[in-house]
Amino acid sequence: MTPKATSTAKPQQATAAPNALESLLKAYNETTSSRLKTVDAFLVFLMLSGIVQFLYCILVTNFPFNAFLAGFSSCVGQFVLTASLRSQVNPANRAEFKDVSPERAFADFAMGSIVLHFFVFNFLG
Amino acid sequence: MTTKAYALPSDLSPATVTNTTSLLRIIALAFISGAAIASRLFAVINFESIIHEFDPWFNYRATRVLVADGFYEFWNWFDPTAWYPLGRVVGGTVYPGLMATSGVIYKILHALNLPVDIRNICVLLAPGFSSLTAWSTYMFTKELKDESAGLLAAAFIGIVPGYISRSVAGSYDNEAIAIFLLMFTFFNWIKALKTGSAFFGTIAALFYFYMVAAWGGYAFITNMIPLHALALLLMGRYSSRLYVAYSSWYAVGTLASMQVPFVGFQPVRTSEHMAALGVFGLLQIIAFAELVRSHVSSKQFQTLLYASVIGLGFLGTLAIIGLTYKGWIAPWTGRFYSLWDTGYAKKYIPIIASVSEHQPTAWPSFFMDLQFLIFLFPAGVVMCFRELRDEHVFVIIYAIVASYFAGVMVRLMLTLTPVVCVAAAIAFSTVLDTYINPVEPEAPADEAASSEVNSVASDVTNPSTPTPVSKKSKKAVKDSSASSTTGPFGDLVASVTSGKSGKKGERSFGVFGLDTRLVVIFHAIGMLIFFVWHCTWVTSNAYSSPSVVLASSNPDGSQHIIDDFREAYYWLRQNTPETAVVMSWWDYGYQIAGMADRPTLVDNNTWNNTHIATVGKAMSSSEEVAYPILRKHDVDYVLVIFGGLIGYSGDDINKFLWMVRIAQGVWPDEIQEPNYFTRKGEYKIDDEASPTMKNSLMYKMSYYRYAELFGGGQALDRVRGQQVPKTGPTLDYLDEAFTSENWIVRIYEVKKEDLLGRDLKSANAFAQGKKRKRTKPASRRKALL
Repeated sequence: MTPKATSTAKPQQATAAPNALESLLKAYNETTSSRLKTVDAFLVFLMLSGIVQFLYCILVTNFPFNAFLAGFSSCVGQFVLTASLRSQVNPANRAEFKDVSPERAFADFAMGSIVLHFFVFNFLG
Repeated sequence: MTTKAYALPSDLSPATVTNTTSLLRIIALAFISGAAIASRLFAVINFESIIHEFDPWFNYRATRVLVADGFYEFWNWFDPTAWYPLGRVVGGTVYPGLMATSGVIYKILHALNLPVDIRNICVLLAPGFSSLTAWSTYMFTKELKDESAGLLAAAFIGIVPGYISRSVAGSYDNEAIAIFLLMFTFFNWIKALKTGSAFFGTIAALFYFYMVAAWGGYAFITNMIPLHALALLLMGRYSSRLYVAYSSWYAVGTLASMQVPFVGFQPVRTSEHMAALGVFGLLQIIAFAELVRSHVSSKQFQTLLYASVIGLGFLGTLAIIGLTYKGWIAPWTGRFYSLWDTGYAKKYIPIIASVSEHQPTAWPSFFMDLQFLIFLFPAGVVMCFRELRDEHVFVIIYAIVASYFAGVMVRLMLTLTPVVCVAAAIAFSTVLDTYINPVEPEAPADEAASSEVNSVASDVTNPSTPTPVSKKSKKAVKDSSASSTTGPFGDLVASVTSGKSGKKGERSFGVFGLDTRLVVIFHAIGMLIFFVWHCTWVTSNAYSSPSVVLASSNPDGSQHIIDDFREAYYWLRQNTPETAVVMSWWDYGYQIAGMADRPTLVDNNTWNNTHIATVGKAMSSSEEVAYPILRKHDVDYVLVIFGGLIGYSGDDINKFLWMVRIAQGVWPDEIQEPNYFTRKGEYKIDDEASPTMKNSLMYKMSYYRYAELFGGGQALDRVRGQQVPKTGPTLDYLDEAFTSENWIVRIYEVKKEDLLGRDLKSANAFAQGKKRKRTKPASRRKALL
């Protein structure tokens, strides 16, 4: 998940033009529905949580390695499952997901999360 | 209205047609399952319900422990009798999927008050799962083309010898369930990719987990799916569906795979798994970039974005390489290198090279295992290129990768077989579609231009409906790629086609009349019938031998069963103490543990090369050198396999050079391979054999008293076709304990140290020379006095 973290920081260093970032934020605020914004907030939380765990692993200890892996992959797994849900319910992607209605997407999400956390729980040790 | 080559019933409602076809499909699948199971039962009918070969004996033994003691006991099972005196942590060094599967089936059947013996469950597990494989291949192929191709693929995989070779009744090995899991995981992956549903991604991850628990070959899936995803990315086919499918599979599947103790942290620590992680990271970056791009329209910004995505991907690759150098990620293992460099194993890991199923594949075995599928296979891959949806890319990559691996190792033929069946089914059903379709091409008098436009349009909107244009191109492909297969009829058709295509643009193309259709269909059915014959013949003759029980035919043609192995193992079981340690070459370790229930020094797990080399050294050195080794390892009995009397070629003398090589790898100063050859460099056992060879324990144990059997006549070794010296070897440190009916198994007891403290050689000489050299002990008594 570290690449993800770097890619968030990238627009700032890459463009060096603050107006590009501003226009991005503006466009995001204008075109994104509040539901998707909620999902995005959750995504950011998961990402921060994953980063904190990763830093702990690197800086302090990785001792119960299975517990770290379980915690970290619960963040990563939940992140990608939520990101999948986000792209499935995004009206802009309607054409791509012909077989997946928003309700179906949520059911998929729930099932994926249950399976994921079953393994996380088993792996925590 | 198009003309028809033959009349179709027109008074059927569409509902009746769909209902009938689905009923027929179910019946066909049921028959295919029946055929798949039945053809694997040759082994049971010709011999008996018995566990085959070597590894299955361990799996069977482990399953019995699982069923008798429960799962927790099995999980923590430490087996002190294997790898004596080291022991083996079985629970942590085994893929438990197979045993768990039969354990669950056993529990279910007993809950239903069906008291089935665990042995019969183990014997019949592979045939049962083969019908599931047929079903999942049907589902997989259906996603690629249509139901009829799926049925053909299911029928092919059901009876193809390449798969039967590892899944006959009694072949209770990991591959028995792994091929089903492989195909079903791939089907779910394709389905997830097509629909963009996390549900199928999660199911794929769950079956991937099952696969990881069942077979070490799971690494094939671990690298196939990322390879497919990467290929799609490079083709510019990124879509949110790919993101959903891959992310859900990888996130859940990787975490799940780490639950298997034998795999442990490997998915984040070894290079074999890094491709999957890398593609996962790349997909996250691309997905994020796509999201940003959808909100920003600035052209410059977008190019910058792409540059940074590529840069980050590059950095990620560098990071993985750096971590490998730092030692955080384990580099590739030797088994992996041996896949790319076929000479690698022979040089560095002789133990891998010594296994016959790790040898490169010989050309005839492709035909033996796949028959006519092997030449339809390229045609099917070409068909995939013509449509080239995401799932076709998968089949193309799978075909290329698996073809390579099947060429490197015989056993990897098993991973090639499913894709060959799928591709051949696509090609074959395209041929049938083209020639069974009754639609006649437009008559030449019609306006060529308008019909062409129509057909092109309909081709674009509905590619599955065969139109004259698509028929023509299909046929052209078929002719070009498979003309060698269609024989004289194919040539006839080809000449007709080429004659027509000479006047391109003026006339429409296609199949005219009933006769052409019948010729091709008749021919196709002929190929199918020959395929079934071939498969049945190969299965019954080549792949159904348990190799524990051998068969030969009497002069009158009746079957003669050679049961030496079990005879000897039961002798051990009944005549030796339970703690008696048996030394044999590692091939027979599992069988001794399973059938004789005695501790062994080495077995088919081959995890400790030094231990195996120790056995190799004992076998290949002289008695004086070997005896201390045997005593230090508490060896009570030594077991050798000798086929010289009845011509059983898989015996220990033929494997002997591998023992020498493996021992040489650890003790290069004491054991040297060239010493075992004659002066001319030949591997011989007759009078010309080198002294080292003649003095080796293996040679002595194999030919001890062999010449006596011929009553003064010239003793002949039937495997090697050489004359055995008339004065056979003598043994001072070992005693012959048991020799089976046909001399296949010979068991020797290791003598204890002499009670008077003499070395055994002089003690023996004393015992034998008693009568002639009476003076010697007398003089000694004098000296004592």
